Amino acid sequence: MALLRYTAEHEWVRLDDDIATVGITDYAQQALGDVVFVELPEPGRELSEGEACAVVESVKAASDVYAPLAGRITEANAEIVTDPSLVNSSPEERGWFFRMAVADAAAIDKLMDADAYAALLKTL
Amino acid sequence: MGPAGDRHAERGLPIIIGPDEAPKAAKTTPLDALHQALGARMVTFAGYSMPLQYRPGIVAEHRHCREHAALFDVSHMGQAMLHGAAAAAALEQLVPSDIMGLSPGRQRYTVLLNEAGGILDDVMVANLGQERLLLVVNASRKDADFAHLAANLGESRVEVLEGRALLALQGPSAAAVLGALAPQAGSLPFMGSAALGVAGIPCIVSRSGYTGEDGFEISLPGAQAEDLARRLLAATEVIPAGLGARDTLRLEAGFCLYGNDIDELTTPVEAGLAWTIGKRRRVAWDFPGAAAIRDQLENGPTRRRVGLRPEGRAPARSGIEIVAEDGTRAGTITSGGFSPTLSAPIAMAYVRADLAAETTPVLLLARNRQLPARVSKLPFVPHRYAS
Repeated sequence: MALLRYTAEHEWVRLDDDIATVGITDYAQQALGDVVFVELPEPGRELSEGEACAVVESVKAASDVYAPLAGRITEANAEIVTDPSLVNSSPEERGWFFRMAVADAAAIDKLMDADAYAALLKTL
Repeated sequence: MGPAGDRHAERGLPIIIGPDEAPKAAKTTPLDALHQALGARMVTFAGYSMPLQYRPGIVAEHRHCREHAALFDVSHMGQAMLHGAAAAAALEQLVPSDIMGLSPGRQRYTVLLNEAGGILDDVMVANLGQERLLLVVNASRKDADFAHLAANLGESRVEVLEGRALLALQGPSAAAVLGALAPQAGSLPFMGSAALGVAGIPCIVSRSGYTGEDGFEISLPGAQAEDLARRLLAATEVIPAGLGARDTLRLEAGFCLYGNDIDELTTPVEAGLAWTIGKRRRVAWDFPGAAAIRDQLENGPTRRRVGLRPEGRAPARSGIEIVAEDGTRAGTITSGGFSPTLSAPIAMAYVRADLAAETTPVLLLARNRQLPARVSKLPFVPHRYAS
């Protein structure tokens, strides 16, 4: 049963057992504009929570993406490397960035659920 | 997500001014209400609130321009009329081009130079006949330019045209679209200029632009700009496009952006703009900075503006340092970003003259790495002007 959570930095995390899939939210892709380049972490890399681990660039801006949880990268989404526009057209499905084996699955409880994230967006 | 660590993207944002510029203090163009109505995302550029993009986004607007037509509001730019029979000769004191030989109905691209041969601004000059020259200058330089012109030509000769709008209609469908509202527009030659009624509105129309496509720049009274813009946008081929697409289009076309690719420390020779120096002027050497420029023409400049094609997909932005394959300093990127037409990164840079040949390999110091790139000819995308 997958858990979906959000960070204040506009990342989403889908947790399935102890594998987390991470991407950026629709709000983030809209703010960025047309994504033209992504740089993803290498599988095997160990990350602490909050560590900058990916870069997403649009025509006019570049942003870091942070690891929402501590863990080890298992997979990077090659599809968005060859077609960065997927991040705009499908930010929360095909536009996922990377997967990681999380060290402590319970840490996901610290992240916002959909209602809390929606409330955050209303304040922006 | 947060702003990327190495900040190069921020330096590559010529159109977004620093965080201390209050959006409310920005000036607006006569099309501001229309931009809001069209759902534009606004940014501040040269003190003006301008559309960065509309709902389609920068890439879509760019592609639509190359495939059909796009309408840009460039009313932030400066417009001035120079009056009198002696105006052309007087302007020649400030530029290296042949202005006295510019026929009525013709327009020319030129540069205002300082005494060192550095570029104060790049401008368009049109001879409208009846002893009138229309000058269009960059928004970021217009106050300085107009003061410079008034000081040298005399204030009575320089009429700054306040409250005028400037629209750019660009793309392969532009002639058909404008021709429906102004039948004579289609017969303007490239770099031709004329006073034309467009949908009954008195305009000055030039067949020119900043995209490399066929297109027109339309100067008209601010009060009628929204009316004309709406009429042009009513054509199915036309969508509005913002400064984001304007920048990606001009970069593909190999055109300079003042402040990035040319400035007071670059000469036309270094910038690849020596063609603006008129034949007669190369005999008389009677323009500011002529001695320095002559020296560069005879002995070669030490650096040259070139195109760059970075390998891979990562954009390389303004400010990035360049080294030769042997590790010696090679130059700096002055403009860089993503090319929607090529689906690849492109850049312009000044490099050491010995490294300026097409296909020369260089290394870009970005993203904590040395990224390979090759010198490329300009433009990246061929121009498709009307003949």
